Amino acid sequence: MLWVNERPQPFDAGMRLANLIAAVKPEADLFIVNGFPVVADTELRDGDHCWLIKRGEIPSSDEIDYLLHARHTPGVHARVRQASVGIMGLGGLGSAVALALARIGVGRMLLADFDLVEPTNLNRQHYFVDQIGMAKTDALRETIARVNPHLQIETVNERLTAKAIGRLFGAVDVLVECFDDAVMKAEALRVALTDLKGIGYVGASGVAGFGENNAIRTSRIAAKVYLVGDGESAAAPGQGLMAPRVGIAAHQQANQAVRILLGED
Amino acid sequence: MKILCNGVERTLAPQTKLVDLLHDLGLEPDTVVAECDGVILRREAYDTHLLTDGSVLELIRFVGGG
Repeated sequence: MLWVNERPQPFDAGMRLANLIAAVKPEADLFIVNGFPVVADTELRDGDHCWLIKRGEIPSSDEIDYLLHARHTPGVHARVRQASVGIMGLGGLGSAVALALARIGVGRMLLADFDLVEPTNLNRQHYFVDQIGMAKTDALRETIARVNPHLQIETVNERLTAKAIGRLFGAVDVLVECFDDAVMKAEALRVALTDLKGIGYVGASGVAGFGENNAIRTSRIAAKVYLVGDGESAAAPGQGLMAPRVGIAAHQQANQAVRILLGED
Repeated sequence: MKILCNGVERTLAPQTKLVDLLHDLGLEPDTVVAECDGVILRREAYDTHLLTDGSVLELIRFVGGG
């Protein structure tokens, strides 16, 4: 058995890569076997993993599904693909959470922010100089499409309120709170524990500076409700927000969202 | 009267409102989520909610940055 672009193919003794290319993907112009680039005139062995690539081609939705299915534990991709995640605030936390979830193929995301990309965002937020001045919702949607163009991404470009949170996010599986403002963080958790009870929720508090890595923790507040952070480190003069520590918190949030989606509460 | 606040017993004057306790603790009420005797309180209720002897209060304080 061979694996060609992650799909099984029968193996015949004496087979060369060129035979496979002709049969599976004649337009391919880059060939990788077991992680190394090779020429077409390469003899294959049973069990080889082959990638036949046409440079510049965007993989189809099916191909990406196969790839993610093969990379993740069996059963995980099917569940993640069906999942719906809301992200409130697309700054250092939210942009990183969105990209982590996009990379593993979370099928639907609802992204909310009212802000534009500014140069001061670039020390920690997943935006690029050519996106300065764009709405964060548009910029992030664009970047996510470069990771996986087959995800369903909806955006809300407005300043959220408690009422709007209840109205917009009632149908998601997990809601991730990535606000900058402490008042909105508290407001959102109140909504999660009342109007949105039963929906998974991962908030954050205390992610600024360059304090200890392991002071960033994930705590369970209630069933399917978690908070990430050290609980103390506010963004303030002398204690800025920086990509490394905000990233630790964001990825704890993203992993907790996945754990909730997969039933590990 | 005595209450339990985040697992710590505190002695308060009778008729203490939640908002007064938060101020005594140095907390900005808008940044706090409060559960009193198993009920999540609305922010508007903080200013009038009277704590009673034996109340079990859980407070979560948020700091900014994200």
